[in-house]
Formats: sequence, C-alpha cells, structure tokens
Amino acid sequence: MASYFSWMVGGPQGSGLNVSAEIFAKALARSGYYVFGQIEYHSNIKGKHSAYRLRVSDVPAHSHVEAVHLLSALDEETLVGDMYHEFPAHCGHVHEVAPGGAILYDAEQRKFIEWIGRDDILLWEMPYAELLDRALTDAGKPGQARAYRIMTNTLALGASVAVLGFDFDPVAQAIRESFGMKAGKVAQLNVNAAKLAYEYARERFAKQMKYKLPPAPPKREQVILKGTQAVGLAKIQAGCGLQTYYPISPATDESVYLENYQGDYNLVVLQTEDEVSAVDAAVMGAHGGVRSSTSTSGPGFALMPEGLGLAAITEAPGPVVVLYQRGGPSTGLPTRQEQGDLLFALNAGQGDIPRIVIAPGDIEESFYDTFDAFNYADRYQLPVIVLMDKHLASCSQTLPVFDTAELKIDRGLIYRPDAESNGDYLRHAFTESGISPRAIPGTPGGIFWTTSDEHDPRGHITEGIGNRIQMMQKRMGKLQLAAREIPEEKKYRLLGPAAGRHKTPVLIVGWGSTKGAIVDALERLDPQRQNYSFLQIRMMRPFPARQVTQLLQGAAKVISFDCNYSGQIASLIRTETGFSVHHQVVKFDGRPFSEDEVVVAVEKALADGTERMIVSEGKVVPPEYGLEQFHAMLELRNKRPKMAAPMVPLPPGYNK
Amino acid sequence: MSTITSELKLFKATDYKAEIHNDWCPGCGDFGILNALQMALAKLQIPPHRTAVVSGIGCAGKAPHYMHTYSFHTLHGRVMPSVTALKLANHDLTVVGVGGDGDAYGIGAGHFVNGGRRNLDITYIVFNNDVYALTKGQASPTIAKGQKTKSMPEEAIMDAINPILLGLACGYTFVARGYALDTKYLAELIAQGIQHHGSSLIDVYQTCPTYNDLHTKTYYAETVDSQPRLYHLEDTDYDPVVHDPNDPVEIAQKKAQALLRSQEAGGRLALGVYYKLDAPTYEDYLKAKIPGLREKPLAELDLFHRDISPNLRELM
Repeated sequence: MASYFSWMVGGPQGSGLNVSAEIFAKALARSGYYVFGQIEYHSNIKGKHSAYRLRVSDVPAHSHVEAVHLLSALDEETLVGDMYHEFPAHCGHVHEVAPGGAILYDAEQRKFIEWIGRDDILLWEMPYAELLDRALTDAGKPGQARAYRIMTNTLALGASVAVLGFDFDPVAQAIRESFGMKAGKVAQLNVNAAKLAYEYARERFAKQMKYKLPPAPPKREQVILKGTQAVGLAKIQAGCGLQTYYPISPATDESVYLENYQGDYNLVVLQTEDEVSAVDAAVMGAHGGVRSSTSTSGPGFALMPEGLGLAAITEAPGPVVVLYQRGGPSTGLPTRQEQGDLLFALNAGQGDIPRIVIAPGDIEESFYDTFDAFNYADRYQLPVIVLMDKHLASCSQTLPVFDTAELKIDRGLIYRPDAESNGDYLRHAFTESGISPRAIPGTPGGIFWTTSDEHDPRGHITEGIGNRIQMMQKRMGKLQLAAREIPEEKKYRLLGPAAGRHKTPVLIVGWGSTKGAIVDALERLDPQRQNYSFLQIRMMRPFPARQVTQLLQGAAKVISFDCNYSGQIASLIRTETGFSVHHQVVKFDGRPFSEDEVVVAVEKALADGTERMIVSEGKVVPPEYGLEQFHAMLELRNKRPKMAAPMVPLPPGYNK
Repeated sequence: MSTITSELKLFKATDYKAEIHNDWCPGCGDFGILNALQMALAKLQIPPHRTAVVSGIGCAGKAPHYMHTYSFHTLHGRVMPSVTALKLANHDLTVVGVGGDGDAYGIGAGHFVNGGRRNLDITYIVFNNDVYALTKGQASPTIAKGQKTKSMPEEAIMDAINPILLGLACGYTFVARGYALDTKYLAELIAQGIQHHGSSLIDVYQTCPTYNDLHTKTYYAETVDSQPRLYHLEDTDYDPVVHDPNDPVEIAQKKAQALLRSQEAGGRLALGVYYKLDAPTYEDYLKAKIPGLREKPLAELDLFHRDISPNLRELM
C-alpha cells in the first residue's frame, strides 16, 4: 500500500514561500522520494495569499490530496482566511489539516489561535523573529530581524524538515544552490537560520508528530520540474529556433525559461507587442525555414485565430502554439485552473482550418507531445496546438530523466532544386499525399508566392471553382493523412482492462491534467485494476473516433471528467462518436481535481446514478454550494477579528 | 559586388517582375511604386532569391504577386510581424514590407509602432492614398479632417496621422517620403532605404484615380505660390543625417527639423529623406548574445543536435 505525507505552506505572495517549497521538493527528490507539488496563487505581485502543497510519496504521485498532514503558516490568512475583503475569498487552510495533523505557526500570529476551533490537531508556535535575530547576531548583524523578515520562509522550512524527521543536510545543500554560486554569505546565513529553526522544532515537537514520511525509496536519477519547463525543454530538443510571446499568466514562465538559454542553444525569443503579432510572427518564422512556436493563455489565444488561418491556408510548417488554459471567460481567473478552451482550440478561426490539437496529460507527456508537435507541423504543414493548462504549467513532479535518444526530427518534404529547375516550382502543387514540398526563402530556384487568399498551386490568388474544391481537399486531407500516420498510443491511452468477453464495468474518461488525479484515484479505488479503466484522450484532432467508440461501447458505465462548466470532453466525444457518456463530472471552481474528488465522484455516480456532478473542495456539491459558501464566509468574517491586508517585507537593501 | 560595372549587371528591373496579369485599376499609382521597387533592387543587384517581399491586405497587398522574389501576401495590418520573423529567420535576406496606409497606420498601428522600436534591418514602403480602395474608398487614417473624396459620403471629422512624425516617434532610423509618379526618384529612395542599416520607412504619396479625387496627379503637379507643390529635399540645404549617433542633442534637432518639414505651411510637400540615423539594429543585439547568428542566419544553423542534459542536470 502506497503511503505519503502531505505538506502545505501558506503565506503572502512574494514572501518566497514557493522558493522554499521548491528547495524542499528538490531535497526530497534527491533522497529518492516521489514528489508532487501544486501551487495556488493570486493574480497579484505581493501580499495576496498563496499556498504550496507537496505530496511526498514512496510511489509515483500524480496529484494532490485534500488532507494536509503538516501545515506551515507564514501568515494569519493561512489560519483564519481572507478576512479583510468585503467578500472574503477563502477561509484559510485549517479545515484541510487531517485529524492528528499539525500546524507550525509564527508566534506573531498567536492572537489568531483562539479562532482555529479544532482540538484534534497539534498547534506549534515558532518564535521565528527571535530565531532570526539569533542567526543575525551570530552573523554580526544584531537587531536587524525586521529588515531580514523575508528569511522567515527559510526558518519555516527548517521547522517543517525537523517535524517530518527528514535530514537537514540535503535541505541545506538545496538552500545553498538556490542562491547560486556567488551569494556565499547570504546563503550561509539562510542555512544557519534554517538550522536554528530545525533544532528548535526537533527538540520540542518532532516526537509528537503522528504522521511520518514514508521510508525513502531507493535513490534514483530523477528530475523534478514543472510543465512550463518540460515544454521549454521539448522546444529546445525539437530544434525550435524562434519562440514568440506576449506576457500572460500562466504561459509566460515557459518563454522566460527559454529566454535564459538563447545564447546556449542559438534560440531567438521575440517578445511581441501583442498575441496577434506573436502568432503571425511564428507563422512567418516557420515559412522562413525555422521551427517556430508561441505560447499563450486563453485571452492571448483569443487574438490568434487569424494567425491559425494564415498558417493553414499558406501551408506554413507550423507554428506550434502552446495554449495554457486558465479560468475564463475573458480575463476570468488569470492564475487558476480550467480546461475551458478545448472546443475553442478546435474551432478558433473562420472557415475550415486543418490543425492538429494534442492534449498532454502530465508533465512527461508535455515534453514528448511538444516534441512531436514540431514534427507534425513540418510534416503536414499546418498549425499544431498543444493544450496545456494552469495546473500542468505550475505543478511539479519527480520524473525519470527524459530519454532523448529515441527522439527523431522529421522536417517533412523540403524542396531542393537543382541548378536547372528554376521556374517550375509550385509551392502549393497538387500531390498525391496533399503535401507540397516547401522551399525555404533564400534558396536559389525556389522562389514562390503564397497568400492568405485562396490561391492556385503557384500561390497566386484565384477564385476558380475547380481549384477551390481541390485546394480545400488538399489542405483538409492532411488531417486524414496525419490520422493514418500518427501511432495509436500517441492518440489515446487505456489504463486498466479493455473490454474482453465482458464489458469493462466502469470506464473513466479524462483528458489533459485530469489524468494525474484519475490515475491516483484508480490506484485507490481498484488497486488490482479489475473493475475500473481509464481512457485518456490525448489527441483531440485528428480524433481517434473509431478506437474511442469501441472502448466506450465496451463499458457498462462511462464517467467523464472535465475541469470546465459545460463538460467539453463529453461534448467532443458526442460530436466525434455519437456516444453520450453516462455520468459527467465537472469542476469549474478554478482549482484542479484532487485524487479525493475523483474518488468521491466515481463512488457517487455508481451509488445513485447522478448524471451531472459538480465537485469542489473534495466533495460532490449541489449547485447551491457556491452561494452557501459565500454566505458562510461573510458570517465568519463578521465573527473573526479585524485583519489588516498583509504587507510583504522587501529584502534588505532593496531601497538603497 | 564592387567589381560589377553598369554594363555587367546581372539583374535587370524586369528580372524582379513576375509573369502574371496585374489587376490594379488602369492608371493606379501602385504601378509607379512597383516599378520603383524593381528598379531599386536592380540598382542594388540583390538576387531575386535573396529578396522577400511581404504585404498585408488591400490593393497594395497584391504587390508581392507581381514581384519575382520570395513573396508573401499575409494578413491585414500584419506586415511588421511578418517581416520581423522572416528577417529573424534569415538575416541575410533583403526583406521589404509593402502595404497601404490603412494597413500600416490603422489596423496595423500597434505593429507599426513596435516594429519601429526594434530597428530591424528592413524596409517598409507604405502606399499612401488616403482611402481604403479595395473596399471602395472609405476614409483611411491619412485623410485630413474636413476632407471628403468622392467615395466618402461625408467629410472626415478625425485628424489625420502624419506618417513622418509617427515614424520618427516610433524609432524608424530612416524616414523618407516619395511620390508614386516620380518613379526614378522613388527608386532612388527605396534603394537608400534598403541600403540603410536599420528600419526604413518610406511613405509614398499614391494616387487613386478611382476613389481619391482630391489628391490626384493634377493636384500633385500643381504649383503653390508659383512654386511646384512637390519638391526634393536634396535641392534645399536640408540635411537629414544624424552625424553623431551618440549625440542625443543632434538626434533631437534632426527629429525636430523633420517634424517641422513634414507639416510645412502653404501646401508644399517635400519628397526625400527626412531623417537618417545609423544605430545598432535588433540583429546586432541578437548577434551579441547569440553566438550562432554571428556565423550564419538562424534558418541555416543546425538546431537539431542540441544536448539538453545540462538543463536536466539543473533539475535534478
């Protein structure tokens, strides 16, 4: 039986809590643990609440769980919630702490402890300011604790490490690395401060802790990374030469990651004036002979349909567009999870646009699918969309080191004229496969014309009937070619038994980042893999309709999971196969599915046959849930002490 | 190239001309601009296959079809993103953007502004006829307040954009004005624009005999106070060149001079180079940080044997 430890740190954005959580994750990963990290944050730079969870496990973990075994509270908001807005946004994380779990809180929050209202958990006070002062005094900086308050997150990390019974040394090493090679003194100061908190918590609290880290699995070579990094790495591996972008959450991290390596890999990252420019430049970079891509989120993608059309009609070899979905519509929830753009990605643009749409289900697939996307773009000369989302972008996971040896580049058909062939080249020639060899500008004898208007094989405008019929079939036919050529395992995956003599009892259908929670839930529901199967749909266009239809028809019950309001995968399945799933589970509260939510939804579907279920905060909830929560929170705020909005300390010397 | 004498030229203007029927209206000013571009490329002896001509949408947007070069007829207003990416993909190409005034200063305004800021080594020729001709003559961003062409139901009640001023404000380092029917002179301006190391804007007065009955061939040929309406800046003591690119005062003075000249009172219109500054281009900055670009254009580099293991080690 798998066992895990669930840790959370909560505090104000900009206080460095994500850095300390990532340090912790790295240290745990190096010791052999499987780690899954998930961050929730506001669209804000400094001050608003954010929370980082780590699930530390002895088997691979693909999702988070609702229960928290140890909560490290760096601000009062973590304890009592957002009580300074007219309409509070949340009520803190105390209710998530498992019975017998513990909270490490800063002595400065003592006055809020009486509001916690739970006697089944341990409350441990940490005098962070005092400990920090001691560390500073040792470093010859007495009395400066206020200026160095930002270091509280490092101290809190030390305390957590002690309570979990984890070694301090790997954490110290990861702290040092996080400061780079240069900042020796500051790094050591942080290590010393963390050590003081570690000793303090170890002596007083460690023995009382009921939940323990599982024994560490044998050490292996593994990486820990986020989706934006996996996609960035895939682009480097695929030979991408031009990345264009306009800053937008949660996509920007990928472009910034690439920006750091421009010189190392001869990669140009172009920050454009808007997403219209970003996509059009990526189309033209592809025409120019360079693998090109852009990354964006829903609001940016909303400006890109014209570029998809341009790429499609001019048969550009790309671009690869990575779409990190977030809560919509409009600006929506800029930093929160949603899979609301599936149908938009499939349909954006006027007219029939041939496009390939892939939806990786986890960080590993994000790497391999993004790599493949460039091959498809070159081979079929069309735009390829990789559907990511906020959850995949920002969650982190331990993974085996990517195997790049088997990855092959396919640049498709390139026209290479001989000296005599000048003048007879047709960029959009009608061919049997529908693919016309493409010339790269600058090639002698390869001069061509192309246009966003309908055109003849030479690329000149025409509105002729016969030409139009043939050109439409040529362009759209490339999708059928892709459907034939792309291997099945890249289009969908089945985990668990396929229908044999008997129907599969329960088939769960999901896509994109719902995969992680479903995989973990299945492990819990059906460790022997006898009654439940999971069908992950990975290629949205061309859609593997025949195979999916067979699998759906071979199941007694089909339950779909969608992180959006309307159940877009269920809708796509109906369009592509005519099959209506029996139960639809949707979640549109801006947060990703947890393992527990999948479990409760599946159990409820089977118990009472509910057709449409909304889940949130670990439960299947009625439609009234939102309004009830809203009022409950108002009531809480009226009861609890007045709270000032948090202020985030700036690092020492910031204003000099 | 310096050894080629005029007798030994490899490429004639007709070598840049595509064999295709041209469907612009008879007498359209666009013909003059197209001829001037072909003459300029021949003058500079740039091989057709080393040249890319990129357009937006509209009558001017069709220009690439009439060129025998790599030719891209893209989207309305998107000339700048397109030339930017082509140039980044292959900095050895001569990249020329062409488009109408609505394309450049209306729907493409945001791109026009930021394209100037980048100062890529490209040339942008704007066919400026004051109207959206292909949709039958609606007011464009360059028609002045109070003016009304025969194609407009009412007179314009918005101010016009001054392309020279806008170009200066955006950071184009070569700003010039031509006239479509003064073709030889325009060819000379385009050649200078292409040779200029940086972003060149050439705004071209273009007659639209079908819809613009205000700014006609006759209008441009008129005299104002017994002097020709159009004149060449070279024939005056106007000096557009910033001689010390590191002197912000001189840069400001040369911009101010161009600003004044571009809104001359009395109806005279100056053709020629308004402003020229030699400054490092976007490609120069890229070459400084991306070593491969110092050797070859991006499209010619081998980007397919990269080793990502150092990045993976950082994540261990």
